[in-house]
Amino acid sequence: MTLLEIHEPGETPLPHAGEGSLAVGIDLGTTNSVVAIARDGKPAALHDETGRALVPSVVAYPEAGGVLVGDEARAFTAREPRNVVASIKRLMGRGAGDLHAVAGVLPYEVEPGTGETDMVKLRIGGRARSPVEISAEILKALRTRAEAALEKLVERAVITVPAYFDDAARTATRDAARVAGLEVLRLVNEPTAAALAYGLDKGSEGLYAVYDLGGGTFDFSLLRLEKGVFQVLATGGDTALGGDDFDRAIAERLLAERKRDGLADEVDETAVKSALALARHMKEQLSDRDQTSGRLEIAGTPSFHALTRAEFDAMVEASVARTVEISRNVLADAGMVATEIEGVVLVGGSTRVPLVRAKVAGMIGKPPLTDIDPDEVVALGAALQAEALTGGGDTLLLDVTPLSLGLETMGGIVEKIVPRNTPIPAQLAQDFTTYEDGQGAMAIHVVQGEREMVADCRSLARFELSGIPPMTAGAARIRVSFAVDADGLLTVSAEERTTGVAQRVEVKPSYGLSHEDMADMLYDSMDNAEADMNLRLLTEARVEARRGLLALDAALAKDGGLLSAEERAAIDAARTRLEAAMEGESRDEINAAAEALETLSKPFAERRMDRGIREALSGMSMGDLESRVGD
Amino acid sequence: MDHFARLGLPAALDLDAAALDRAYFSLQRQWHPDRFVSKPPEDRARASAEAASVNEAYRTLKDPLSRAFYMAGLAGVDLPGDGKTIDDPDLLMEAMEAREALHDAATPEAVDRLAAQAREDVQEALAGLGSLFLANDRAALRKALLRLRYLDKFAEEARARRMNLDRSNA
Repeated sequence: MTLLEIHEPGETPLPHAGEGSLAVGIDLGTTNSVVAIARDGKPAALHDETGRALVPSVVAYPEAGGVLVGDEARAFTAREPRNVVASIKRLMGRGAGDLHAVAGVLPYEVEPGTGETDMVKLRIGGRARSPVEISAEILKALRTRAEAALEKLVERAVITVPAYFDDAARTATRDAARVAGLEVLRLVNEPTAAALAYGLDKGSEGLYAVYDLGGGTFDFSLLRLEKGVFQVLATGGDTALGGDDFDRAIAERLLAERKRDGLADEVDETAVKSALALARHMKEQLSDRDQTSGRLEIAGTPSFHALTRAEFDAMVEASVARTVEISRNVLADAGMVATEIEGVVLVGGSTRVPLVRAKVAGMIGKPPLTDIDPDEVVALGAALQAEALTGGGDTLLLDVTPLSLGLETMGGIVEKIVPRNTPIPAQLAQDFTTYEDGQGAMAIHVVQGEREMVADCRSLARFELSGIPPMTAGAARIRVSFAVDADGLLTVSAEERTTGVAQRVEVKPSYGLSHEDMADMLYDSMDNAEADMNLRLLTEARVEARRGLLALDAALAKDGGLLSAEERAAIDAARTRLEAAMEGESRDEINAAAEALETLSKPFAERRMDRGIREALSGMSMGDLESRVGD
Repeated sequence: MDHFARLGLPAALDLDAAALDRAYFSLQRQWHPDRFVSKPPEDRARASAEAASVNEAYRTLKDPLSRAFYMAGLAGVDLPGDGKTIDDPDLLMEAMEAREALHDAATPEAVDRLAAQAREDVQEALAGLGSLFLANDRAALRKALLRLRYLDKFAEEARARRMNLDRSNA
């Protein structure tokens, strides 16, 4: 719908009209996800109709078809527990070799990938689905929420990842965004994003730490903040430690108590999920109470359970102690002591656990900072960075590699090329040589991790540099170069330098998706393309209608006097009908109501046009007019 | 271009840390890839390469020990790669005695004392490097730098030992 618009020079009633799509910040969490937008340096989380910012990172694939995300998916657990996935982030970029890290954690049927570097898949909803695919559903839901809240298309995002996410998990996150139709402007480390939210909002300066205990991961980062520069000094963490572990500890106790009381449960997925749901509830209750109780029902048999804060503290003490140990290591890496820290920012719902707050306060000798909601702070920081990247802000974010990158050398020993905490982007190279006369090829095995032996590190990629001209052992000079980009993603290349014949092989580490996987996934998303397309058209219709209404309101405010009372009443009635249609889900109704309003207001627009011309001409003499016509 | 020139700083052993940070931040403001998000791919690649070079220069010069090694390299001092065996008998003796002392240290306080001593030795050795650079005494520089590398490693080992003691006492 196009209403004729007349603007005063330099006075456009719609500042965002005609602007491209918006860029949002997304915290894709293990337990919950949040989408936020920043405008003029002010970030805000986007809420649903009921005012909730958190979207549970839960995806359901009902037997009846379709996909549910968030609260709806979580609620669906009661009906078809086998078709609901939670905590999928723990499997991002994980291969068969990593399954021990999550074994017993996730109540799903997990299928190892076929090769060493293939990501695992989940058998869910009758089909094998990759973590990328499942995460993409969450991203799509966040994108839809943002488009509904902002009434604009959202095609670009800054997505946060745990600082400790390795290359494979980062690549997988980027792939998921692509499947969800989002261009990733930048992957930003979660603690860095949190610091950004504090630094920019609160103007903090000095040495800050971010203690991020999420559902499934722990990160501790040290940053120096000054005059718009956010310099990460050191970071460390554990990708298999988080609030989910607290839930599991409680759930195990609940199930054990039932067993003790003679209830012969078959501990299947449904039982585990019910126990976990009650466990989560009890954990949350204990954040501000000394004891709690609840009722658990498995296969129709109820049981009642109580838990005190002291008992809960004892259960999670080891996990919390481990986070403190990791934090101290990061401080030592940066050559700092805890008392130099100005403040610790708490991130992640698990930092609401009183024992966690007490231990963090004990470590640095001052109470931690909590004035920004720990569940939203990461998304808010990501939104600020998205605005800075698209609007050209003055903030400078200097991040580091969380894990060392290296190569396998003789005897399975790791030669580190890029040490951990190296500022990124980074380009580092090292020369290697042949160990046999006439050796024509060299195997290159790229690994990530802090351990000395290849077997203890994560294998990222293998390739072979072939075509090395015959030389005596030790004569060849093979330069292997590692490039880590600003997203923390790695590219490795190798070349033989003595002969002038530049042999060059470029390798992107695997664990992400093969081209075939990606193609399959994009093809699958075509299945939902019609629904996606309809939603998009609906959003566009709403945006257009809103734009028309704003223009009409501006015109009415200025020139409302040009209308008779009846005309005005008719326009107001049409306006109300359009607003009602915009609340609904029918694009056709919105368009029809918009057209009706446009037809009704056409005479008004024409009268305004006439008046505009008269005003432009008033005060001019005939001579002026003639000379103008003559121009 | 050497790392000092890249950051526009004098090639000095006692670099002013604040000046180094200022030069680094200013160059990153110019070249960081975040400033090139909406630029053509060739500009982005150039910025990424420049930012990486600036990062490498900063990382090398920031730590006094790595700065000293880098300057020695520029001065033509031939240093063996990291992790090679110690070929200086005096240093070998010192290292063996210190390792033994660390092994015997049973309390966190005892480990802390050894670590503090090592840090003091590092400072002292660093302070002595200036005159060696001035005299361009490559043999003495080589000897001093290898000892520094060892002392640094020892401080790291003391730290690991301390962590282990903390853990077993917890």
